[in-house]
Amino acid sequence: MKRRKKNNIIIYIVCIILGILSILPFWIMIANATRSTYQIQQHAISLLPSVHLAENLKVLTGKTFNPITGFFNSLIISTGATACAVYFSTLTAYALVAYSWKLRQPFFGLILAVMMIPTQVISIGFYQFMYRIHMTNNLLALILPAIAAPMTVFFMRQYMLPALNLDIVASARIDGAGEFRTFNSIVLPIMKPAMATQAIFTYVTSWNNLFLPMILLTKKENYTMPIMVSLLKGDIYKTEYGAVYLALTLSVLPLFIVYFLLSKYIIAGVALGSVKE
Amino acid sequence: MPQKTLKPKGVSYAKYGYLFSLPFIIAFVIFMLYPTIFTAVIGFTDFKGVATTTYHFLEHPFDNFVSIFNNKTFRTSLVNTIEIWVINFIPQIGLALLLTAWFTNRSRKIRAQGAFKVLFYLPNIITAATVAILYGAIFGYPVGPVNDILQTLGLASKPFDFSTSPWAAKFVVAFIQFWMWYGYTTIILISGVLGINPELFEAAEIDGASPAQTFFKVTLPCMRTILIFTLITSLIGGLNMFDIPKLYIWNGGPANATMTTSVFIYAQAFSGSYLYNKAAAASMIMFVIIAILSAVTFYMMRDRSEARAKRDMRRLAKLSKGAAV
Repeated sequence: MKRRKKNNIIIYIVCIILGILSILPFWIMIANATRSTYQIQQHAISLLPSVHLAENLKVLTGKTFNPITGFFNSLIISTGATACAVYFSTLTAYALVAYSWKLRQPFFGLILAVMMIPTQVISIGFYQFMYRIHMTNNLLALILPAIAAPMTVFFMRQYMLPALNLDIVASARIDGAGEFRTFNSIVLPIMKPAMATQAIFTYVTSWNNLFLPMILLTKKENYTMPIMVSLLKGDIYKTEYGAVYLALTLSVLPLFIVYFLLSKYIIAGVALGSVKE
Repeated sequence: MPQKTLKPKGVSYAKYGYLFSLPFIIAFVIFMLYPTIFTAVIGFTDFKGVATTTYHFLEHPFDNFVSIFNNKTFRTSLVNTIEIWVINFIPQIGLALLLTAWFTNRSRKIRAQGAFKVLFYLPNIITAATVAILYGAIFGYPVGPVNDILQTLGLASKPFDFSTSPWAAKFVVAFIQFWMWYGYTTIILISGVLGINPELFEAAEIDGASPAQTFFKVTLPCMRTILIFTLITSLIGGLNMFDIPKLYIWNGGPANATMTTSVFIYAQAFSGSYLYNKAAAASMIMFVIIAILSAVTFYMMRDRSEARAKRDMRRLAKLSKGAAV
């Protein structure tokens, strides 16, 4: 028994070290956001903040990095894409679960087949198509494709199969409710937990996306947060260490807040995504 | 007669199945199917140059593919992508398995598992672009936190330039990937273990199996499918690695050491001479590789649900037999 206890201590030490490893880079980032470039050059690592936050902010906003524009563009795209993905995926899942139609199985097979294909490998055709119909620099080009989210449809279907009692749907029919109304007023509330989980992940994925926005959005006023962040690699920020750390801090602040408010649901959602039996 | 009102005969609801799938199908055709075909088509043309929309099919249709296969940078990028993925995945799955074994060991009862999971998963939700630039600063030269630590501890007499050594650059990119993804993999594996029938563990316990024996003889074999699934999804993600290698070091790093296929495709199509045709050919090569990999998962998942259906049928048959006897 005694030996078991000693082993557990080693486990806790490893876990605590890994936990520190997760936090330390962000801690250094936040501390350095408040330190002057001179202080950082003397000692690049400090666990204590300093007093130069306002100075760094002035340097930062005097150049191309615009956190407010980036924030609002990301907000519009992520909110729009999440709403589209969650609503239409639930609707598609409902079509797969509640009705029997001839092409149902082939359609589900198609969803499974394309589920893993990342949009990145078809980005050349996507970009050229958007260029032809003048949709580059249009945020809708990053929102509307979310209507077809195979992974989300798959998840919604797996959740809906046991959760939705078709007798309820049948009794709604007897009460004279239309099919679309039944979906909106009866099915959607039942699906709320699954929709919330998928909403979180769609939102974060959309918010963090770099490749497609970087290709499609070439005008500064359309830049998303990750594109703004990519500007920090440029020469004009080369020696402005304090300002760069501050910019990085600003870009992750919304995610930190979301994560620590919803971490319980996020972890549960990750675990749920794996149990695909 | 109440029965009649309950089941209105002759009313078919099948059309609603089509109707409700329609938005998905339209968006799929416009934003996925058409771009896929268009990418493939561009791969057979002379399409290049910024702000042009005209192109012609090549006399020898596979010229772009041949030239991509013979392109030294593309081949390097493919090797790099796989190298970086392997360097990140082996320790990632190793650590994830170790943590899974610890966290699901019923005699150990590790506390604060929820808090540890929250911490391990944290890097995964942070914008990869931010992470890449943050690590660029952390491994900075001549001043950066890592060099600061190395010198303070006396491990290095002068600052080490992580951005000029090809292997250092590759290892840092792999480390960032590892750091971002091991928490995710751990959570997936733990939930996989929790999905195993607990009777199996009880039986192993009764038979006097040690925790190590239980893990290797019961847990691991039961997790075969989930492990393969994790491997393939991670590989597909790894083949698309873009944000970290693109932004940690600019332009593929020292001797193109961190040039991945996605960074290569981006550079071909959206900089220099805008070679959309070459980029499209390279994209289609990646598309085929990924399609093969995802076909493997597709069949695996299909077999799995079929196996499950069979098992349920057997169980049902057994039950009815029991009832009859």
